[in-house]
Amino acid sequence: MDQIAVHQDSATSTDWPVAIYRTLKSFGVAQVCYVPDAGHSKLIKLSHADAGIKTTVLTTEEEGVALAAGAWLGGDRAVLLMQSSGVGNCVNMLSLMASCRFPLLTLVTMRGEWAEFNPWQIPMGRATPQAFEIMGTTVLRLENPDDAEEVISAAASLAYDGDQQVAVLISQRMIGRKKWTKETH
Amino acid sequence: MSATGTLDRRAAVKALLADRGDLLVISGLGSSSYDVFDAGEHPGNFYLWGAMGGAAMVGLGLALAQPKRPVLVVTGDGEQLMGIGSLLTIATKQPGNLSIAVLDNGHFGETGMQPSHSGLGAKLEVIASGAGIRNVSDIADMAGIENFRNSLRDLAGGPRLARIRIASGEVERALPPRDGTYLKNRFRGHLGFKVS
Repeated sequence: MDQIAVHQDSATSTDWPVAIYRTLKSFGVAQVCYVPDAGHSKLIKLSHADAGIKTTVLTTEEEGVALAAGAWLGGDRAVLLMQSSGVGNCVNMLSLMASCRFPLLTLVTMRGEWAEFNPWQIPMGRATPQAFEIMGTTVLRLENPDDAEEVISAAASLAYDGDQQVAVLISQRMIGRKKWTKETH
Repeated sequence: MSATGTLDRRAAVKALLADRGDLLVISGLGSSSYDVFDAGEHPGNFYLWGAMGGAAMVGLGLALAQPKRPVLVVTGDGEQLMGIGSLLTIATKQPGNLSIAVLDNGHFGETGMQPSHSGLGAKLEVIASGAGIRNVSDIADMAGIENFRNSLRDLAGGPRLARIRIASGEVERALPPRDGTYLKNRFRGHLGFKVS
């Protein structure tokens, strides 16, 4: 049967998901929730493999915003992983975080901004920073794999110590050009 | 068909929260928050005043963080319907300490009593069961409320969802505090976390 397989560009092979994972661990993150994205797949795997992190798959991104609020009420630090196409889904739920000054750390893999082959990804990708900013969420950018620890650490401090809602947008360039190849099995 | 029941919502919620012990409670926006407040102020109550569709997920985050405490989400049919996918998400985690009480009058009560999907035939307890919620019930009398209340302390018995058939009549508003930061800090203080 023919199957479509996705390969990531090996040009950006720095192990930044591991750097992100280690940084989240150093901040005591106890809950990770996500809507899957290829760019986050390694971090999702690391999270599921870690018995010290409760990892939850979501049906839609705003569930993760509410989950992060509940986690904080119970003393847990949570992180929400998603891709840029899900950011618009979160807008109203972000009012929960702003109204109660709940910390939120979300890591967003970008689509629609770098070598994007799918035009349907472009409108939400383009609107992603503004969608956060209209709700008062601080937007940081991670453009270079070598900066992963520093940027995630800064964002985590701002969120968990500063009681802010913070989104880190992970550049599509870091994730690599999507290559679609046909494989025969 | 009609989902309308006969239970008085205030009496039902009061009975649910009687002798609550170490129960932690999240209430969905609108009448559910008023009902929980009317049953008795408690620092272990977190009232939502917005974030429609989010109550069950706030409950999940809390239940995962506090596995030794029973967590009860009290919400309405309209609120749960907006976050219906959260039932699937909760089922993937099977949190034994999480219970959801859906006060179902088959209507959007806050906005002019328009019939809800539940009032138009959807069965929330069947949807919950299909989502993988282990323990579901359809409650139409106070004896059922009593049984459900007694089950909450069994931390291995969840997740649970009870559809509670309440009457659709208006009740007087009882307004809990609206300051979210206050409610958050009060709740965390109740669990022993200091305000930084």
